[in-house]
Amino acid sequence: METLIQQIINGLVLGSVYALVALGYTMVYGILGLINFAHGEVVMVGALVALATVKALAALGLPAAVQLPIGLAVAMIACMALGAAIERIAYRPLRNAPRLAPLITAIGVSIVIQYTVVLISGRSYHAYPELLSTRSFDLYGARISPAQIAVILISTAAMAVLLWIVHRTRLGRAMRATAENPEVARLMGVNVDRVISLTFVIGSAMAAVAGVLVSINYSVAHYQMGFVLGLKAFTAAVLGGIGNLAGAMVGGLLLGLIEALGAGYIGDLTGGVFGSNYRDVFAFLVLVLVLIFRPSGLLGERVAERA
Amino acid sequence: MAALLEALNLEVRYGGIVAVRGCSFAVEEGEAVCLIGANGAGKTSTLKALARLLPSGGEIVYAGTPLGNLPAHDLIARGLALVPEGRGIFARLSVAENLVMGAYHRHDDEIGADADRLYTLLPRLAERRNQLAGTLSGGEQQMLAIARALMSRPRLLLLDEPSMGLAPVMVDRIFELLRSVRTQGVTLLLVEQNARLALEVCPRGYVMESGRITLSGLSAELRDDPRVRAAYLGG
Ligand SMILES: Nc1ncnc2c1ncn2[C@@H]1O[C@H](COP(=O)(O)OP(=O)(O)OP(=O)(O)O)[C@@H](O)[C@H]1O
Ligand SMILES: [Mg+2]
Repeated sequence: METLIQQIINGLVLGSVYALVALGYTMVYGILGLINFAHGEVVMVGALVALATVKALAALGLPAAVQLPIGLAVAMIACMALGAAIERIAYRPLRNAPRLAPLITAIGVSIVIQYTVVLISGRSYHAYPELLSTRSFDLYGARISPAQIAVILISTAAMAVLLWIVHRTRLGRAMRATAENPEVARLMGVNVDRVISLTFVIGSAMAAVAGVLVSINYSVAHYQMGFVLGLKAFTAAVLGGIGNLAGAMVGGLLLGLIEALGAGYIGDLTGGVFGSNYRDVFAFLVLVLVLIFRPSGLLGERVAERA
Repeated sequence: MAALLEALNLEVRYGGIVAVRGCSFAVEEGEAVCLIGANGAGKTSTLKALARLLPSGGEIVYAGTPLGNLPAHDLIARGLALVPEGRGIFARLSVAENLVMGAYHRHDDEIGADADRLYTLLPRLAERRNQLAGTLSGGEQQMLAIARALMSRPRLLLLDEPSMGLAPVMVDRIFELLRSVRTQGVTLLLVEQNARLALEVCPRGYVMESGRITLSGLSAELRDDPRVRAAYLGG
């Protein structure tokens, strides 16, 4: 019973991070019909920029309580700029190119970002400082750490802001209109290029938050951390129905739960043949199964003809 | 006085296909002008070029400004609005949100009042204001598309076949709406295949065939022209 509750907590924490990243994939897909496979790298850059900021602030002797919010803010700004640059340089010139071109470009962009980071901060694992207390709370026999609580609270807040933007603001309305019919949106006076750029910017801000949260949670950051995380978040977006915001959030949480519960019980289920180090298998199993049996995802309607 | 809209030798190509071949026409402020023609004549291409959705050759002057290098999204703030072919409503936005999109460029505080006025004029939209626009019938969607364009407070309204695919009763309602738009002083350029109604609402017209303007004049004259009668008015 404790294991179950513990794995549910772990799953929700993991899932909130996947959801944040999945939103970036799904927003870009919704508006451009394009999978931005460089999105995972934005998560990684967010984690490392926050780390550098936090270290600089610590050197100045500022308390941990200030380090985290400032680190997060700097990471978000840096990632928003990066997201805008990726769109402008890598995708906009290919807006009317065959679908394969931006996909290949995305891989190129990923490599460029990864190795730029290697040049700046090396290939090593960076230990994340303890910004929050490590004293866990007891929850029906399971443990929940302040970092885990922070992940859930901050990601929920970030998603609430995103939903508010998309559904309640002028920009959000323009984004939804552009996603549906860019030509008519232009007739309404929408600067479609700007709206697309802002979509990348908002998705990248979410990615920055995710990068910081995941690093706080695992106390580590690395130049390759964006790859698997990005792939899993993409899986979450597909699971929920890519292009659908609610789907990305549901898919993220669900994938987190599947992974945590799978990792918690795989040993028992296979008589100890597979251990929890096989956890990554679950995400990709989910991806394969969804693509075979329900390619439109849980909440998606009409992806098949676009993808 | 110069015309509100003037096109000189307008030309539109799709790769090797020339859809509009050197058309010239003008619309005076306050006028209602129709452009009639059969399928594939180049009417939509003409309107899209005017709205800068397509690159074109020749010259377009609107309100004294050459439109040559203006982006499409700048035109609505200058009073040039297009109700596109096939309505182009945002199906996954509510009726109310569609209307607000029409006022996207506006920052005044009369947007709500304008919407209320349209709701009074079009009670079917008022009843359905919180519904997704995609759930409306074809006729209601056309009403919404026109109402949305009116939310921009247009000076010149371009309409691409607003009667397309609608039952006669609905077509009558749409044209009734257009007549009331005219009386508000909005200049109209109406593209239609329903020549009878178009010539009735608009006092002047052009006939387009295979990318060229072949006839033009007052609607009364066009109605009596044997070529128009044979081709567009059923003899
Ligand atoms: N995207 C396109 N690519 C290639 N050719 C096109 C394209 N759009 C239109 N055309 C061609 O241009 C010509 C004019 O088309 P257009 O849509 O302007 O006609 P229309 O008068 O609006 O016809 P309809 O009454 O059927 O709407 C047609 O021959 C059409 O096949
Ligand atoms: Mg047409």
